[in-house]
Amino acid sequence: MSVAHPVAHAHDPYRLGHGGGHGSEAQGHGEGGPPSKRIIVGYGFWIFLLSDIIMFSAFFASYAVLAGATAGGPGGKQLFDIGNVGIETGFLLVSSFTCGVASIGAAARKFWLFQIGMAVTFVLGACFLGLEIKEFAGLAAQGDGPQRSAFLSAFFSLVGCHGLHVTAGLMWLLTMMAQVLAKGFRADIMRRILCFSLFWHALDIIWVAVFTVVYLLGVVR
Amino acid sequence: MLRLSWRTPCAGTIPTFLCRLALLSASLTALGGCSTAVLTPRGPVASAEKTVLFDSLAIMLTIIVPTIIATLAFAWWFRASNTRAKRLPEFAYSGRIELVVWAVPLLTIMFLGGLTWVSSHDLDPAKPLASKTKPLEVQVVSLDWKWLFIYPDQQVASVNELVAPAGTPIHFTLTSGSVMNSFFVPQLGSMIYTMNGMSTQLNLQADKPGVFDGMSTHFSGDGFPGMHFQMHAVTPAQFATWVSTTRASGPALDPTSYAELEKQSSNVKPFTYRAATPGLYQAIATQMIAAAPGPPSRPNVDVFPKSEH
Amino acid sequence: MLLGKLTLAALPLDQPIPMIASCVVALVGASVVALVFIKGWAPYLWKEWITSVDHKRIGVMYTILALVMLLRGFSDAIMMRSQQALALHSGGYLPPEHYDQVFSAHGTIMIFFVAMPFIIGLMNFVVPLQLGVRDVAFPTLNSVGFWLTATGALLVNMSLVLGEFQRTGWLPYPPLSELRYSPGVGVDYWLWALTISGVGTLVSGINLVTTILKVRAPGMSYLRMPMFCWTSLASNLLIVAAFPILTATSAMLLLDRYLGFHFFTNEGGGNVMMFMNLIWAWGHPEVYILILPAFGIFSEVISTFSGKPLFGYRSMVMATMAICLLAFMVWLHHFFTMGAGADVNAFFGITTMIIAVPTGVKVFNWLFTLYGGTVRFTTPILWSIGFMVTFIIGGMTGVLLAVPPADFVLHNSLFLVAHFHNVIIGGTLFGLFAGYTFWFPKAFGFKLHEGLGKAAFWCWFVGFYLAFMPLYVLGFMGMTRRMQSYDVPEWRPWLLLAAAGAAVIFVGIVLQIVQLVVSIRNREFLRDGTGDPWDGRSLEWATASPPPVFNFAVLPDVSGEEAYWSIKERARASHRLSDEPDYQDIEMPKNNPTGVICAFFATVMGFALIWHIWWMAILGLVGAFATFVVFAWQDITEEEIPAEEVARLDRANRASRRARLAELEAATVQR
Repeated sequence: MSVAHPVAHAHDPYRLGHGGGHGSEAQGHGEGGPPSKRIIVGYGFWIFLLSDIIMFSAFFASYAVLAGATAGGPGGKQLFDIGNVGIETGFLLVSSFTCGVASIGAAARKFWLFQIGMAVTFVLGACFLGLEIKEFAGLAAQGDGPQRSAFLSAFFSLVGCHGLHVTAGLMWLLTMMAQVLAKGFRADIMRRILCFSLFWHALDIIWVAVFTVVYLLGVVR
Repeated sequence: MLRLSWRTPCAGTIPTFLCRLALLSASLTALGGCSTAVLTPRGPVASAEKTVLFDSLAIMLTIIVPTIIATLAFAWWFRASNTRAKRLPEFAYSGRIELVVWAVPLLTIMFLGGLTWVSSHDLDPAKPLASKTKPLEVQVVSLDWKWLFIYPDQQVASVNELVAPAGTPIHFTLTSGSVMNSFFVPQLGSMIYTMNGMSTQLNLQADKPGVFDGMSTHFSGDGFPGMHFQMHAVTPAQFATWVSTTRASGPALDPTSYAELEKQSSNVKPFTYRAATPGLYQAIATQMIAAAPGPPSRPNVDVFPKSEH
Repeated sequence: MLLGKLTLAALPLDQPIPMIASCVVALVGASVVALVFIKGWAPYLWKEWITSVDHKRIGVMYTILALVMLLRGFSDAIMMRSQQALALHSGGYLPPEHYDQVFSAHGTIMIFFVAMPFIIGLMNFVVPLQLGVRDVAFPTLNSVGFWLTATGALLVNMSLVLGEFQRTGWLPYPPLSELRYSPGVGVDYWLWALTISGVGTLVSGINLVTTILKVRAPGMSYLRMPMFCWTSLASNLLIVAAFPILTATSAMLLLDRYLGFHFFTNEGGGNVMMFMNLIWAWGHPEVYILILPAFGIFSEVISTFSGKPLFGYRSMVMATMAICLLAFMVWLHHFFTMGAGADVNAFFGITTMIIAVPTGVKVFNWLFTLYGGTVRFTTPILWSIGFMVTFIIGGMTGVLLAVPPADFVLHNSLFLVAHFHNVIIGGTLFGLFAGYTFWFPKAFGFKLHEGLGKAAFWCWFVGFYLAFMPLYVLGFMGMTRRMQSYDVPEWRPWLLLAAAGAAVIFVGIVLQIVQLVVSIRNREFLRDGTGDPWDGRSLEWATASPPPVFNFAVLPDVSGEEAYWSIKERARASHRLSDEPDYQDIEMPKNNPTGVICAFFATVMGFALIWHIWWMAILGLVGAFATFVVFAWQDITEEEIPAEEVARLDRANRASRRARLAELEAATVQR
């Protein structure tokens, strides 16, 4: 899309449509017409992330409502192994760092930095997922699966929803590695890398909330 | 037998209403003969709710009617072919008009909001009714698709038939033995949901003896249209007689007969239980007795006597 | 089991009504497909429409989907009205298990597959044109969103032939919708259809929010956007904020039904009240998702046909955004009768009423837009005035229901049914029809037949009052919604009247179909060569009808409110058009089949999940993912339109405008 000519301010008597921008690339106030694709894509993806966070908040709300509904079964205090979860958290937080390294690699067009960063991110994410699956399997094996009580239903759904997001993220990650390998750092691929890193960091933020609301408060309760 | 609606406490405002909505007003007159009408209250709660309803309606009609007239009038007067109309093609802003168009709805809503706040508290279903008489306790269980009424103090129970003394407040505690329903006797007022695993509260009273239709107003499955009952408001003496006759015969309500009652059936003829196991209601409401099983694995034709034709 | 729960018993061979209905649907569908192939239209349709990423074409396809589904939803309505007209002291002609599906399908279809696609279609078509840009922010995702919506519609219609639809009302309230009380596939049809089309709606919402906030013509600041863009923005913000809640709630019910979870069950500590809160936390904003764009359409129509700018534009913007915000603070008024207590009920009652303030402001501003105008009584303005009168009444009954003690005696009655039809038909649908008539010439280059349009309006208008005023009365008479049969003879006359009203609306719909056919046949006579048939005020009228694929040869330079009006004024003042611009090559996204293929796999997956055919579900999921990867692998996603081509198209448009200007000036001189 073409960037068009600047506009005479005189036509906006209240000057309400102006301000901001100041020559930056992100023109939100309609002065110079549509901004670059990178800005548009990033912006749109942010909005998607917000909507995703709202979906999580519905699961958080259901967890808050049902946290006490153990139907005579065990509660969080009896079930949660905070050590295991601590290691999980560590994996995910470090993976965010390595994801950042990969982004830097992409920005600097350094192929190996990007690929190694992504690969390490993948391994860390997979370890996180492995530990989560181990926790779920253990709970199910001792008869405390999601069918046991409303509390456990809400727990499995909230944490599992995050786990599904991580799984989707890992598939996306592999796709991005393959794309860079096949096509190089093309503009559209760079935009996708931007979105992926936003996604991955957002999952981290959500995990921090899960860790606090579910595990920490669950152990204290 | 019934009075027209404008003889209510809000009489002054109702004529406006009648002039305005011709269709609706015609219906109000026609309602005279109907026994289930919300507009023919037979108890203090329903009367008060009707008053609130008409007061709110009257308040709103005072702006709604002029607005509708103005819409039609403006559109017609400023039609393109009217040579007498003064055209103002640039008229797009007026501070004074802006002030008015924000202020008028705002003031109306403030007024109506006050009414809402006060009436919501006065007419809270859980609030006991002011009365010198001790309320009658009735426990209500909605089932697929009939109503079970348990009288804990009298130790009797009935299905699809509610008997209560007129002039005495009735305190209902309600739950569901299966899916959600809503308990409603239109002429007595306030409906309320019944839900498994929890209890809701409702206070009603019939002013005078009479027979009132009751129903479920929340859709609960295929047998839903057959889920109605009759409420008999009787004199205290008649109520005492009813209790003693009921105690004399019929089955007893215990977990076994309740399990039988739980099975799906619709349009059930009213009947009574001579005795009711104490604590049964609490057991249902706290899910000590599991909720009803739902549809049988094979469709049961007896469930819908009405659809056979 | 290779086919899960699916057996021959799923076909309704023993029930004549659904069997005949599904045969008719199948027959019509098959003959349309056959016609397409015989006439050799298939390649054209595939290349130009099905795989199109052009926002205008996608908008048109959304609208067509909505109109087709309107016929389905309306036939459900006719069945309900006739059943209730007959069912005094008898079972009528629809047994409960069928009648319950009919009203559930009616609500689901009308909201999700008529009102939503219709609105999204108009927004898709109009918003980029009004903003003066060439496309939406994400053209391919736009196509994905449309086709996923179509998937949902397809699944709902499939339930007519295979298995059953849900019998719980349009929202699957648990515990009735739990496996124990609804063991059939009906609820699963609803859940998967809505989850899949919900993703489509969310995608489209994100797309339009990004478009409106980021992709605008130079100089098109927020406070210069046409009102329809503002209301679209509000509506799409609500979509982005509310639809994830629907997805989450559906997911919870799905987990209950498929994996034995206990979110809303009667055992294990499940909580049905949570479902009601969650579903209405989506459901109430949904109401404003539906009505706000209609408000925008009325603003455009009333201002255009009064020949005046919209009165109190800034007030309108404020009112729109106030409604957008308040929409999330009122959901509890859908269940005042749950016994939440006086404070909670009163709070939500009052917040609900507060919404009436900005809405009232809007009505008054439309009123003053008419004031001093030169009102041309065309079909769109008839819908608008019909709306103003009808919607005010619906708003009033809505505020009445927001008073908890009044709601205690009217909740779930036919009064409630009358109220929401009063606002959805009298508000949203009238708005959509106004918009359909208003923008039809923009989309196809010729107007719809005016006389037939007016006749259709009057049938709808009169039919609406005949059909729904009796329902208000029935609500006062204590009649509950969703009654398959009843024993109160006093209700009968009103139900007959309501059935007569439905018949009048039916005539209206027939007239609309006739209008479309007649207009297409007489299109040369109804042709609009100017691109500006109504003397419009916003930028969509600045380009040719139908607009070229790139919308604008050069992005318009916006210098005030009512962008196109000021361009026209300048032309009138200087007696000439602005200078011919310097044409350049234009890059546009290439059509691609990602959306339709992705939706194909989504359909496979949804169908498989409904019938528990697990291998097929996995196949569908993998297929959808693979489609995206293949799309991402493409090297060339854009095509270039050469400057000569742009110039040729734009010169034609300019020539017709020059002719129109000359015509206008000649008329002025004569006067």
